[in-house]
Amino acid sequence: MSSLSRDDVAKLAGLARIEMTEAELVELSSQFGLILDAVARVQEMDLSGVKATSHPQPLENIARPDVVLPSLSPHDALSGAPAQEESRFRVPQILGEAE
Amino acid sequence: MIRNTAAQMADALAKGETTSVELTQAHLDRIAAVDGHVKAFLHVDSQGALAQAKDVDARRAKGEKLSPIAGIPLALKDVLAQKGVPTTAGSKILQGWLPPYDSTVVGKLKDAGVVIMGKTNMDEFAMGSSTENSGYGPTFNPWDLTRTPGGSSGGSAAAVSAFEAPLAIGSDTGGSIRQPAALTGIVGVRPTYGAVSRFGLIAYSSSLDQAGPFGRTVLDTALLHEVMAGHDPKDATSINAPVPAVVAAAKSGDVKGMKIGVIKQLQGEGYQKGVQTRFDESLQVLASLGAEIVEVDCPSFEYALAAYYLIAPSECSSNLARFDAMRYGLRTGDVDGASAEAVMSATRDAGFGREVKRRIILGTYALSSGYYDAYYGSAQKIRTLIIQDYAKAFTKADVLVSPTAPTTAYKIGEKVDDPMAMYLGDVATIPVNLAGICGMSLPAGLADEDNLPVGFQIMAPAMQDQRLYQAGAALEAALLSKWGAPILSKAPELKGAK
Repeated sequence: MSSLSRDDVAKLAGLARIEMTEAELVELSSQFGLILDAVARVQEMDLSGVKATSHPQPLENIARPDVVLPSLSPHDALSGAPAQEESRFRVPQILGEAE
Repeated sequence: MIRNTAAQMADALAKGETTSVELTQAHLDRIAAVDGHVKAFLHVDSQGALAQAKDVDARRAKGEKLSPIAGIPLALKDVLAQKGVPTTAGSKILQGWLPPYDSTVVGKLKDAGVVIMGKTNMDEFAMGSSTENSGYGPTFNPWDLTRTPGGSSGGSAAAVSAFEAPLAIGSDTGGSIRQPAALTGIVGVRPTYGAVSRFGLIAYSSSLDQAGPFGRTVLDTALLHEVMAGHDPKDATSINAPVPAVVAAAKSGDVKGMKIGVIKQLQGEGYQKGVQTRFDESLQVLASLGAEIVEVDCPSFEYALAAYYLIAPSECSSNLARFDAMRYGLRTGDVDGASAEAVMSATRDAGFGREVKRRIILGTYALSSGYYDAYYGSAQKIRTLIIQDYAKAFTKADVLVSPTAPTTAYKIGEKVDDPMAMYLGDVATIPVNLAGICGMSLPAGLADEDNLPVGFQIMAPAMQDQRLYQAGAALEAALLSKWGAPILSKAPELKGAK
């Protein structure tokens, strides 16, 4: 049976930028064994020589002529901002003190 | 008036027997009377709806040429952005967000004069099969208020089933239109991937997501399908081809000589007895109408669920990275000196629910180096095999069929602590999404053991959506004459309803 420890889940939560309580970490790690066993079934079939499909359609880049079209005004673009200043998004500190 | 079909309502509007304002008000009254029990809506935009209705009535009075469903009220899944109207995708992280733009689907509805009455409840970011994962509490099945309406588009399905709206829009990533349609006794269609624009559809799993119509009849569903579909330059995956003639197909409803393939892997063991019985009966009905029934083998479908629960979480872990507390939505923990990373992590903890966190973590794991090939890579190869199974099956049959869901509606809370049991409910609908083809669920009757609706699923190749409607309309008409009345006439009256 597959498993993920509490510390494994904590590491993944860190990568995904989700703070988690101890209870959440323990609950998730206890559920993950079953879920991983179920999804690991994709490895049961012989998949040698099978191509991977990432998308149901053949995707291609689509370009359009470089002309100006209507778009959101700064006011509209900022309308949902949690904080703003001088027509810009105000964000928390990105670089640490030492940098 | 509210119990009529959308086609009948459209007819009454065209003949001047009623107005859109009258029709819209009747539905708003119904919502006020019963939605306290059903909880299909997250937001009802009465003023906006009546203004739209008034506008359509004025245009009709002037003799303008209008779309076939102009003036008909509709319920919109809260996953689609509507300018100036609260749009949350069922998540606390988007509480209070007012989109500064319309999704293409909403733009098309407005152009067609469809009256958008409000936003419906859903599993958070469409992740779930019961609407219990909504950040705003569950929706209740109008057939039995102790049960779920399915999900993730449970609010939209319940609204149509409870006569709060004749039409609704949902989105279907792994069955989220077809399964709730099955569990509430209505019709739901997931169009071919790329047939309906995803611009302004809040993304869960971009290679699987597709918006589609709900109605109480196959024809009503087709009328909405034709209005919402079509090429959109704003969506790079939008198919640049004419919309299949789904309304004409729904009106013809002929299956004589049609080859109908029963998928061996999607029936029998694991399917509730009453579900299997109604499914088998519907097959006999189709055979009696002149269809040829064949059995088809799709061996890789056994692995579809596993592939889906790797691909969808992987894509979601990437898509939901945009909820970073910087540009819109919730921000918490923004105290003096807190780093952007700390604010982001605190916000995502506070704003995301359990299932969303579970899927983001699973996706992060499946995509992490060292595990990528074994999980995400293998899942993508299974996806290829599923596409090949379908291609082979469609050489033997024009449409493929199965029960939509293995069981009827289950109790609220029954599976909420057992994610794998919940995921199993999508076993018959997921292959369609992985292959990017189209599928419909329509009512096949009530299961004997619990008197709850059973869904019959029809699948067709990409951009052959009209075949769903042709076969669906034939089955619907034959079942209606057998039952003597539409299935929803057997649903109990809702408390508080006039």
